Amino acid sequence: MDKVIVAKDLSLSYSSNETIINKVNFSVGTGDFVFITGASGSGKSTLLKSLYGALKPKQGSLIVGGVELNGVSRSKLNFLRRHIGIVFQDYKLVKEWTIDKNIMLPLLINGYVKNVALNQVDKLLKHVRLNHQTGKYPLELSGGEQQRVAMARALAHNPILILADEPTGNLDEYSSQLIWNLLEGANTQLKTTVIVVTHQIPKTLNVDYKHFHIEYGSIHEIR
Amino acid sequence: MKSVKNHLSLVIALLSILFSMQVFFIVERSINAYKVTLANNYSVIAVSKKELSSSDFASINKIISDAKELSTDSVIKRLTSDIKSTNAELLKLTLPRFYKLTLTHYPTPQETKRLRSDLLDESSITKVEDFSHTHDTTYKLLLLFKKVVALFTVVVLVVTLLLIFKELRIWQYKHNERMTIMGLFGAALWLRSAVLFRLAIVDALIASFMAFGIFIYLSSHHWVVEQFNNIGISVVVFNPVDDFLVILAVAMVISILLASLIVIGHKEEA
Repeated sequence: MDKVIVAKDLSLSYSSNETIINKVNFSVGTGDFVFITGASGSGKSTLLKSLYGALKPKQGSLIVGGVELNGVSRSKLNFLRRHIGIVFQDYKLVKEWTIDKNIMLPLLINGYVKNVALNQVDKLLKHVRLNHQTGKYPLELSGGEQQRVAMARALAHNPILILADEPTGNLDEYSSQLIWNLLEGANTQLKTTVIVVTHQIPKTLNVDYKHFHIEYGSIHEIR
Repeated sequence: MKSVKNHLSLVIALLSILFSMQVFFIVERSINAYKVTLANNYSVIAVSKKELSSSDFASINKIISDAKELSTDSVIKRLTSDIKSTNAELLKLTLPRFYKLTLTHYPTPQETKRLRSDLLDESSITKVEDFSHTHDTTYKLLLLFKKVVALFTVVVLVVTLLLIFKELRIWQYKHNERMTIMGLFGAALWLRSAVLFRLAIVDALIASFMAFGIFIYLSSHHWVVEQFNNIGISVVVFNPVDDFLVILAVAMVISILLASLIVIGHKEEA
């Protein structure tokens, strides 16, 4: 199986005197569904940030989608990010844009023609059951609805990798279930690699998943 | 309404810079036009023992554009009542020649001093009257006026630039989140900054056209025309092509510089 992520002796830190992830080795194959768990402050989100290049490795090697992120150039990082879908706990939607435009963002960045992008947005809004909210702004929607918009944006450009940071952290049961279904669908139908940072793995998931647990700066593959 | 507010703060700041800049140009043009009028009215009197031509004077100092010999007839006429006609003829021959020198431009006090000295270096010239006291006072007044306007323009520029830098911080705050989100999805720098540059260019255009409208109105306003007529000068208040291009260029440079500073100062949130 091809590897989407390969980490060798990877160390991560925000400052020179404190290492959060210490010389870890792991890999993730194409089409894997991976959960990363750990206590608060263990470095789950830090690891996820490093996977989309928001945090550069302190030491070691981290290859994502064939791109070495240690010392990566801005243009290569942009190229990689165009093939990744990210779901943030705080949604990170552009408040002054409609939800349609937010979902369209990765499509326009990837050079889609506007009409094609608009059709795709329509489909995605139906997919996340928000077609009745078209033309609205993020702040006019509930937290659960905003996260579904963020989910639609992450899926819009058929990425090779979806990274989700506690995507259901603050959501009601209905929205949470919808998010898990969407992630599951992307993984099983499109063979998209999915990496989810979470406190709790949902019991209702119907995919064969891997489970990494972070503790004291080390990663343990539990399943 | 929100969109108007977005534009208004930068447009007003740009407009005040453009306005003060154009006012400075108008004052500069007025002073230059007034200097031409003064130069036409101003002349130096030179007394020479022998006849000198305009070119002789021009070779003494290049500032001299023309030399006209003043007639001594009126002086002789007054004296002829008391003396014989043959003596009057003799007197006419022995009288020195008086020349009224006109200059190419209104001279600075240093140029006047130099001119006087050059003229007196010429052996045939015995006396020079440059009316330097009156001349110095007028010239110093003009310079003072120009300096006050320049100072006023600089003060407006500094205050407005401070306002623009304050606006820059607001813009930075407003655009940072969107630029970060776009960056997280791999948008190239030009795409992340496109909205900002579009806003800056639109604001520069709005401010330039507003300045264009204001100065076109002012240039034909009877009060403004009357003020220039009163001091006997004719000034181009606003050239719709040249001045507009300068205004547009200044507005574009300032707003694009502002947008570039925001882009350079943008730090991506992790």
